Amino acid sequence: MRLKRLFCVIAALGAGTAAHAQDAPPASTAAPAPAEGQRLRVDITGGISSPMPIAVPSMPTPAIASTAAGDTAALGTRVAEVITNDLKNSGLFNPMGPAASGTVSFGQVTAPEFGRWTSTGVQALVQGFVQANGDGTITVGCYLYDVFAQSELTRQGFVVQPAAWRRAAHKCADTVYTRLTGEGPYFDSRVVYVAESGPKNNRNKRMAIMDQDGANHRFLTNGRSIVLTPRFAPNQQTITFMSFENDRPRVYVYNVGTGAKRLVVDQPNLTFAPRFSPDGRFILFSMAVAGNTDIYRVPAGGGSPQRLTTSPGIDTGGSYSPDGSKIVFESDRSGGQQLYVMNADGSNQQRISFGGGRYATPVWSPRGDLIAYTKIGGGFAVGVMRPDGGGEKILTKGWQDEGPSWSPNGRVIMFFRTGQGSGKADLWSVDLTGVNERRVPTPLDGSDPAWGPLLP
Amino acid sequence: MAHTSTKVLLMAALMATAACTKKPPKDLPPPPPTTGDQGPSSGMDTGGATSTTVPGSAADFKDKVGSDTVLFATDSYDLDGESRAILDRQIQWLQQYPNVRVTIEGHCDERGTREYNLALGDRRANSAKNYLASRGVAASRISVISYGKERPAAMGSDEGAWAQNRRAVTVVIEGAR
Repeated sequence: MRLKRLFCVIAALGAGTAAHAQDAPPASTAAPAPAEGQRLRVDITGGISSPMPIAVPSMPTPAIASTAAGDTAALGTRVAEVITNDLKNSGLFNPMGPAASGTVSFGQVTAPEFGRWTSTGVQALVQGFVQANGDGTITVGCYLYDVFAQSELTRQGFVVQPAAWRRAAHKCADTVYTRLTGEGPYFDSRVVYVAESGPKNNRNKRMAIMDQDGANHRFLTNGRSIVLTPRFAPNQQTITFMSFENDRPRVYVYNVGTGAKRLVVDQPNLTFAPRFSPDGRFILFSMAVAGNTDIYRVPAGGGSPQRLTTSPGIDTGGSYSPDGSKIVFESDRSGGQQLYVMNADGSNQQRISFGGGRYATPVWSPRGDLIAYTKIGGGFAVGVMRPDGGGEKILTKGWQDEGPSWSPNGRVIMFFRTGQGSGKADLWSVDLTGVNERRVPTPLDGSDPAWGPLLP
Repeated sequence: MAHTSTKVLLMAALMATAACTKKPPKDLPPPPPTTGDQGPSSGMDTGGATSTTVPGSAADFKDKVGSDTVLFATDSYDLDGESRAILDRQIQWLQQYPNVRVTIEGHCDERGTREYNLALGDRRANSAKNYLASRGVAASRISVISYGKERPAAMGSDEGAWAQNRRAVTVVIEGAR
């Protein structure tokens, strides 16, 4: 396996911080090349495989220095903890984090003491370092080793502003994850959702954003008006959502950097269910005119809506295929909610769901291979099917599991689960194979999650 | 009729309390505003008329009409006989106060998905609106809003609660002259 020698600069997010790329400096002397024969891989294709044991010791620092996010030694432990959590929450790894693994010396980072790890039973080892650079940034080095073969599998380095240290940790976890599973990365991403509180008949709803592991949580609206179904733009600089402010439920675009919001379609009709196109040029939305709801699209910057559906049924909930050429949506034109696929211009609308029951809230996987949906029939469950409608599989079991959203790698689905009676909703996620169904912790209750793309 | 005697009573009350005026006011004072809550109504109690209920007000609507809510079957936006009877009484009242505007809210029970329920609530609100309009209430007096499943009236997760939540509520807009 070819060693990766690549230093990658992560653009810092937030106003006022310029992002700039640097030429990749050459790597220092290499560790021995890993053996070509036995590739260490997590088996994900079969049924349930046992999670791979992997060690993630604290990351040492060549020289302790203080940064805006704490000193580099403390950061080294926190980075290892974030990586450990990411790998554990994926359900595919059984990590031994820094508390159990202890520390390694800086020299051991590139020359591991394999004997120490073999006896623990781990199959892989993640080591790294945190170093303060002269310009105020920090570098996080990330090395992955095959413990049996005693070889390096990959290495990456990440230069970030100290405040973005978690992103470097997620990028390292993604490096490890992708190398060992063959899947795409997803840890360095964020989720926008609706934070809920209050009694069932007067729920307070606030739009909120957080890292996919729950960190860096921030409320974006104040709860004075109901907000629903927020979704990121592909460049994540804006979020489209629906708000009941001024008793006029309509679709808006919220600027994450400035906090300003703009009405998308200035019409008196109810508009809702907005989603961006993959190229960010359009916003798909539903509009109810005199009791009939159809799907429209409008240029993201504003302009005249173009109507895409015309059936007298309720047509709503459109979601684009990742290449932007098609849209999957739900319609009750045949008597109950079912899934339909059409071209992005509204032509060639074809029903794809034919199993028993009703189907709603379809979302196309970023990988293009599957569509997730809410299956209605004796409660709600989250399921997936191929875009041709075949291969239906139900993934969850709850009283009301609703509103799936895909991780950036098309591997994990986040949804919300409502409690019977209480009406309390929480965010949950489940692996595509149906395993690892777990609650996503949020400060209040939560619903309408939308997983954003991988951060650059 | 009850209306006239209420008016007379009200006039008398005003005359008694308006210490410095000798004549009754030419126009009735505007009805008192509703409480600060801008949200949807959850139904109403059928209290008796009081001597200070201002004709044409939301309180008067409740007193005279008896019900501001019509109910729907699951997934349906059809008006059954009982709903029509309630709406007929609303129509009578609205025809007596032609300057009053209303908002009709459409609601759903929790057993539908979020976006579909917004659309279904809109269907229900429009169903009631169309009925009123077909019987002579000018459509320009009626605005509609859908709350989907966001504002249930009944909090349970059982057939009884769900039935109460599948509703269209007629709300008098106060302050309109």
